[in-house]
Amino acid sequence: MVGRQARRPAAYYLAAIPFVVALLFPFYWMVVTSLKQNAELYDLKAIPFWFRSSPTLEHYMFLFERTAFATWMVNTAVVAVLSTAIAVVISILAAYALARLRFRGGETLGGMIFAVYLVPTTLLFIPLSQIIRILNLGDTRWSLVVSYPTFLVPFATWLLMSYFRTIPKELEESALIDGCSYLGALVRIILPTAIPGVLTATLFAFTLSWNEFIYAVTFVSSTAQKTLGPGVVTELIRGDVYYWGELMAGAVLGSVPIAVIYAFLLDYYISGLTAGAIK
Amino acid sequence: MATAYAFVAPAVTLLVVLVGYPFLLALYLSASDAVVGDMGRFVGLGQFARLLRQEIFQQTLRNTGIYTTTAVVAKVVLGMALALVLAGLGRHRLPGSRLIRAAILLPWIVPTALSTVAWKWMFEPQFSVINWVLVRLGAIAYVSDLQWLGEAHLARAAVIIVNVWRGIPFFAINLLAGLLSIPDDLYEAAETDGATAFTRFWLITVPLLRPVLATVVLFSLIMTISDFNIVYVLTRGGPINSTHLLATLAHQTGLITGEIGRGAATSLFMLPFLMVIVFYQMRLMRRKWEW
Repeated sequence: MVGRQARRPAAYYLAAIPFVVALLFPFYWMVVTSLKQNAELYDLKAIPFWFRSSPTLEHYMFLFERTAFATWMVNTAVVAVLSTAIAVVISILAAYALARLRFRGGETLGGMIFAVYLVPTTLLFIPLSQIIRILNLGDTRWSLVVSYPTFLVPFATWLLMSYFRTIPKELEESALIDGCSYLGALVRIILPTAIPGVLTATLFAFTLSWNEFIYAVTFVSSTAQKTLGPGVVTELIRGDVYYWGELMAGAVLGSVPIAVIYAFLLDYYISGLTAGAIK
Repeated sequence: MATAYAFVAPAVTLLVVLVGYPFLLALYLSASDAVVGDMGRFVGLGQFARLLRQEIFQQTLRNTGIYTTTAVVAKVVLGMALALVLAGLGRHRLPGSRLIRAAILLPWIVPTALSTVAWKWMFEPQFSVINWVLVRLGAIAYVSDLQWLGEAHLARAAVIIVNVWRGIPFFAINLLAGLLSIPDDLYEAAETDGATAFTRFWLITVPLLRPVLATVVLFSLIMTISDFNIVYVLTRGGPINSTHLLATLAHQTGLITGEIGRGAATSLFMLPFLMVIVFYQMRLMRRKWEW
């Protein structure tokens, strides 16, 4: 490492403080704002960092009683679970073939999948919105279930390929000699050994689906079909009126599920992040 | 081999129908004067030529360039600094270093559209907490003195700030992984030879970190040049179209105004840049993975 000159650990804490404060302050601000009464929120004389009068849950109540927030939450979960499931199954099959089976065009296909992985969603969202309409999925959450795998499959396939390659060939060969089909060997030998890889791929796919915004905001416009991001961003701002308390409450609730999942699976997350499962 | 083809068939089908076909359609649309509900006529490169003459588009190209270069440079510098701090905390096994590492990842994992809403509130003209602090520090006289999202230059700075904030963890965690893979004895040998901390950083850390740095920078370039969420939520491209990026302008032209052909052409302006980045990234990866 850069050296052992820093025999004063305190220096590292001091250096970490500005980063931690700058990176976490928006979340603190989000939570504090979401719990403040409106009278205090819009009082310029109040010190903004803490509560003067008692905290309130009124903004959260408003979300559930006066907006379709609960529906957006359900839609987001449904879309994330389904698109993740579809993408992981498709990717496991493709990654196994690309990592283990020799076939003509396999190398080229691997390269192409990696290239598609690098294609950002904003490059093709306009023609894709046309195709969604042709498929008769316009303005439904199903349009997202169908379109999210387009960016989930390339990265999950890529990630899984590298995990599958680390599994010793002998394990699988003995199963094949015992009369297993390739599918049998995949399900009984490869998958159980590659559980960390599958879990990482699933975690990333779920996070990417939960956080996706541009497809969600372009393909879906009716309130009942919206997901969280577009719901909060488009429906809690009416004309020039911003419902700041509600906006922050929505941002908190939309972030918590992802934060919780990732707190439990931090090590998988970091291993995936550094393995190139980026975006 | 039939089994192999059967295994890759679902992935290939999906990518042909929902990536390959849209790509061809994008090429067609960008060479047409299509509007919503009408596939239009073939106009060749007419859309691209017209875009290049439009002032909004020229501004958008400049914005995309400034946004991408400034944000990526800032993320490299700050991400590197944070990685060195995290590595220091970890090396001394200081209490809380794991917690700090987890905490600083939050901007990266939380939905960007939602965290940007929090920033929008922090930039609010009357109640901006940033300005509240600046007033108390005596830097400005009134909270409303800095119209973050109302003045073109400040708005451009604001979207970059949020992008950098969101991207630092990604750089820091990846560079940290790179730092941890550098053998300690290299530093020890250098130290014995009397190398200063700066020399050690410049002659050991930087060269050995180059492959990781290159990969991370290329990924970040792709993500930053194609960004949409932050600008869409924070400014919608305003004030008066001064903060648009290619993606947000494409969205406005193609889907709000309904000029699909021109919108598709706007998006496709990213393609040459992306192709160069993808080329380098694949070369790097090929070396790493040995296809």
